[in-house]
Amino acid sequence: MNTLTPPAPALALPAEAVAIAPPAERSQVMSRLFGDAISALATVVTLALLVYAAKHVIDWAFIQSVWPGADGGACRAAGGACWAFLGEKMRQILFGIYPPAQQWRPAVVCVMLLALSAGSLPPRFWGRTLGVVWIVAMVGAVLLMRGGMLGLEAVPTASWGGLPVTLLLAVCALGLGFPFAIVLALGRRSELPVARMLSIALIELIRGLPLVSLLFIASILLPIMLPAGMSIDSVLRAGAALTVFSAAYLAEVIRGGLQAIPQGQGEASRALGLTWWQMTRLVVLPQAVRAVIAPLTNTAIVMIKNTSLVLIVGLFDLLSSGRVALTDPAWPTPYVETYLFIAGIYFAICFSLSRYAMWLERKYQRTAAR
Amino acid sequence: MNAPQPSAAVAIAGMHKWYGDFHALDDINLTVKDGERLVICGPSGSGKSTLIRCVNRLERHEQGSIVVNGVALTDDLRKIDQVRSDAGMVFQHFNLFPHLTVLENCTLAPMWVRKQSRADAEALAMQFLERVRIPEQAHKFPGQLSGGQQQRVAIARSLCMTPRIMLFDEPTSALDPEMVKEVLDTMASLAQDGMTMLCVTHEMGFARRVADRVVFMERGRIIETNTPDAFFDRPQHERTQAFLSQIVH
Repeated sequence: MNTLTPPAPALALPAEAVAIAPPAERSQVMSRLFGDAISALATVVTLALLVYAAKHVIDWAFIQSVWPGADGGACRAAGGACWAFLGEKMRQILFGIYPPAQQWRPAVVCVMLLALSAGSLPPRFWGRTLGVVWIVAMVGAVLLMRGGMLGLEAVPTASWGGLPVTLLLAVCALGLGFPFAIVLALGRRSELPVARMLSIALIELIRGLPLVSLLFIASILLPIMLPAGMSIDSVLRAGAALTVFSAAYLAEVIRGGLQAIPQGQGEASRALGLTWWQMTRLVVLPQAVRAVIAPLTNTAIVMIKNTSLVLIVGLFDLLSSGRVALTDPAWPTPYVETYLFIAGIYFAICFSLSRYAMWLERKYQRTAAR
Repeated sequence: MNAPQPSAAVAIAGMHKWYGDFHALDDINLTVKDGERLVICGPSGSGKSTLIRCVNRLERHEQGSIVVNGVALTDDLRKIDQVRSDAGMVFQHFNLFPHLTVLENCTLAPMWVRKQSRADAEALAMQFLERVRIPEQAHKFPGQLSGGQQQRVAIARSLCMTPRIMLFDEPTSALDPEMVKEVLDTMASLAQDGMTMLCVTHEMGFARRVADRVVFMERGRIIETNTPDAFFDRPQHERTQAFLSQIVH
């Protein structure tokens, strides 16, 4: 082709294209913003409002604000944000009413769970070893929080609070809920009538109940139903309720993935002599889960935020320990600052998860590319 | 494992299958000798695919008997597994596992069913991938290959289980025309090596070149069985004549 094309036009063509493209794009933006009188007016008014709002926010957050180091009186006197409150109450918000001298323990738990979560992201680390590490870490986290051994002061779960409770409940709900969800999803598609009916009944029952009522059932009805003298810890009960709830929702997402697998995949597996379990584990589930990464992430994010509902059964998660911190009479009640801080933590966790899921999806799409 | 007829790879007698009221296979009697290459042809819906899918129990037959390498197919799962690991199958739509590389597709069953080590399974897989002339694609994913390449991988994947019988279910029907030859050549070279083969195909040229016997089916019945020369040049049954007259070579 090159040998047939005269050199002059070949050079001229790209130069022309480069010369024309940029102004076309700029004029499009300008015409959208200022194309006619109404657009121009809307643009000017919107900009004015933005500038006005930004000025007030900056004024509140930076200029008239009280920075850490000051006390409650300074906050009352000032007109801006009371960041001093966050500095003072940071530990109470993060760790609740856990004994202050022992707060290194929940801090270690938080760092450990977050670090392990980050370390679990690359698919090449997935495997049996990682599962064992997680189980050891979760048991270790609970023991470290509880104490009463190895010279650690015992701290009842009633005194637990803040970020470690949120993280423990979220990991429990998703980590235990996911395998449970796989069993339910497979059960719902099973050819065995008993397994199918049980799965459908469980999924529909749990999906039909609001999470709040499920938490109430777990925290109030369960102790009544159990024989006298036997009791289950309140964190455990809440964890169980969240696990069951997330399992029912995750199961329906996974079922969607299972339905997307062509019949030929099962036929090829059987023709090769794989057993049903081998086929499910090696061929069907990996494909089914990859097909539903986006909705799975959605459910996971919803579940992480749902953990804040445990406050209704008397547990202090991150959100409710923030609310408790606000009741100190020595300080004004800077709701906005406190909730911004807590929202920041939730957002950091959920946004990271969402970005991670997008990365996973792209990675798997690349391998499937034609 | 003591085969009553050591020379029979597949022995089917008085076999019937129904889908609801539809009589899919009607009194099938067929014996395939060890090393024999059988081509099954016939119009669509005649039951040819169903027939070979009964041989490895992807479909359950309702009446009669099927004995594969001396193992009678019943509801006994161990016997079904035994037959399946001895009979490889190649599908119209390849059915490769899209989430695994070509090499992993080939090593999956040997590692999990035959309990081979990864090293052994990979060595064997590379040997068969060379055999179907695509060793350089071993680390690609199926979605990155052409249809013909995918079907050759599917053949290699089956061969990795060192089957005694190969079942081909319209292996070239989903391929672009220019890719049919590479797959048929692979199958022909397999036939040359003495593999027992049951092929459902519309490739009459292949049937003539490779088959020891050609079976013609219609409406769930075997109408005519003959050597390729006799089948194509002197078809006995009028239905066979009508079918052959409609096929453009």
